[in-house]
Amino acid sequence: MSAKALRLCLVAILALIVAVPAFAGTVSAEVSNSFSSKQGLDTVWVLIAAFLVFFMQPGFGMVEAGFIRAKNTCNILTKNFLDFCMASLGFFLIGYALMFGDGNSFAGSKGWCLFGLEPVANGVPLYAFWLFQAAFCGAAATIVAGGMAERMRFPAYLIYSFLISAFIYPVVGHWVWGGGWLANMGFADFAGSTVVHTVGGVAALVGTSMLKPREGKFAIDGKANVIAGHNIPLASLGVFILWFSWFGFNAGSTLSVGDGSLIGRVAINTNLAAALGGIAAMATVWKRFGKPDLSMAMNGALAGLVAITAPCAYVEPWAALIIGAIAGYIVVRGVELLDKLQIDDPVGAFPVHGICGIWGTLCVGIFGKASLGLANNGFIYSGNPMQIGIQLVGSVSAIAFVAVGMGIIFKLIDLTVGLRVSRVEELRGLDIGEHGMEAYGGFQIFNTV
Amino acid sequence: MKLIIAYIQPYKLKDVKQALYKAQVYKVSVTNALGCGEQQGYEESYRGIKFEVNLLKKVRLEIAVNENFVEKTIDAIIEGAKTGQIGDGKIFVVDLPECVRIRTGERGMKAIG
Repeated sequence: MSAKALRLCLVAILALIVAVPAFAGTVSAEVSNSFSSKQGLDTVWVLIAAFLVFFMQPGFGMVEAGFIRAKNTCNILTKNFLDFCMASLGFFLIGYALMFGDGNSFAGSKGWCLFGLEPVANGVPLYAFWLFQAAFCGAAATIVAGGMAERMRFPAYLIYSFLISAFIYPVVGHWVWGGGWLANMGFADFAGSTVVHTVGGVAALVGTSMLKPREGKFAIDGKANVIAGHNIPLASLGVFILWFSWFGFNAGSTLSVGDGSLIGRVAINTNLAAALGGIAAMATVWKRFGKPDLSMAMNGALAGLVAITAPCAYVEPWAALIIGAIAGYIVVRGVELLDKLQIDDPVGAFPVHGICGIWGTLCVGIFGKASLGLANNGFIYSGNPMQIGIQLVGSVSAIAFVAVGMGIIFKLIDLTVGLRVSRVEELRGLDIGEHGMEAYGGFQIFNTV
Repeated sequence: MKLIIAYIQPYKLKDVKQALYKAQVYKVSVTNALGCGEQQGYEESYRGIKFEVNLLKKVRLEIAVNENFVEKTIDAIIEGAKTGQIGDGKIFVVDLPECVRIRTGERGMKAIG
């Protein structure tokens, strides 16, 4: 390159260096102008959170795939994938109107397919708010896949996932978040320990009880056999993804950035409860069975996350530590209890989401603080069990509604398309039986357990 | 001494193990195997293309027994593995000239134990 060309280049680069900040100045001025509307900033926040909550789908997918056997992996992933598709459809056509449309205190009745609704909901555009809520709905639906894993027919699952998203989840959601009777009573569930997790967990319990245990899970004398998960690295990736996405799940439920103090509090509480859940579950399983079982420790972190979901906005960080730690203990004992009752829940969906969802809902009444936005002070501040009582009513009525509703839905599916695959198909694996393809083509997998 | 080799359906392994245990045969080696026989293959599809899988997954059992256990073992394998469908598998019985237990150096019938 000649000296002249070099000089030209240098001049051009210098000109750029001078010009870029000036250009950037005008851009940032425009950005700050458009953000000067509070709604713009809040929309960005809610959408980022919605994208994070969507990312829970692969989290659930990896956890469930890792905790089951290789021969059913393609099947569980197809269920995880399609249930978000079905939930999106069901929640658009019917679910949103039932949950957030005007109606009575039991269910909404306006806004089918989002027609005739105000363009702004809760301070953000309707479409952004819908996406955030649809991702929640998908999370509730996908919890059940794990509880009913390794033996549920695929067509039955498709029908189930549409119905829970269109009818069951939105009704409970309306009671709590859509101005229904629980909301009017002062029931508080900030991000969904009841609405999402208890609903999903109880639906999983009803389903797995109706399906009966997997072939070989319980010996003739009733003792539980080990059916080990086939991929612990996938399962732990899934747990990390869920933990990560939970920051969107909880902190996004503020629906607003505000001055940042609330989302900051929610985020730290979310993290502390998960951490203590992991530690407590590891310690419990270590003490009871002699080894720090990773799969149980990871269940413990998820249990802590589920438990902090309802109280995350209303409690101090020290309380989040206690809430998470107790959840971690509960989940280990919950898994043991189900084994004792001969209920086969392959990934621990009910202990994690059901039992710890109830625990988290009650925690609002125990550790909640009026100065952090709750209607009444919790028990430890006021000595008054009022809020615990309200929380209990909310939790019990949600459980009853889901148990009856899902009981009827699963029964109808069983009578029409059939809920469970044949014994031979179960033994050969649902990958071949339901989908005609294997998850690990070219690998030799022992299909004998 | 005989070596009993059996090829069975993978999902029947649990039943065969139980039947062997009932017949007091506590020793067995198991390996994955692929093979074809009278049972036709089955169809899989991948991204819209159907293809026939004709090397089927089987499980191979090897059990070394003394003469007085041969019939018991065969009966137990049949009891566990038989469904009456094509594909249940086959049992081969071959003479076993020698057997050595590595730990003690014992040979023959004692080594089979």
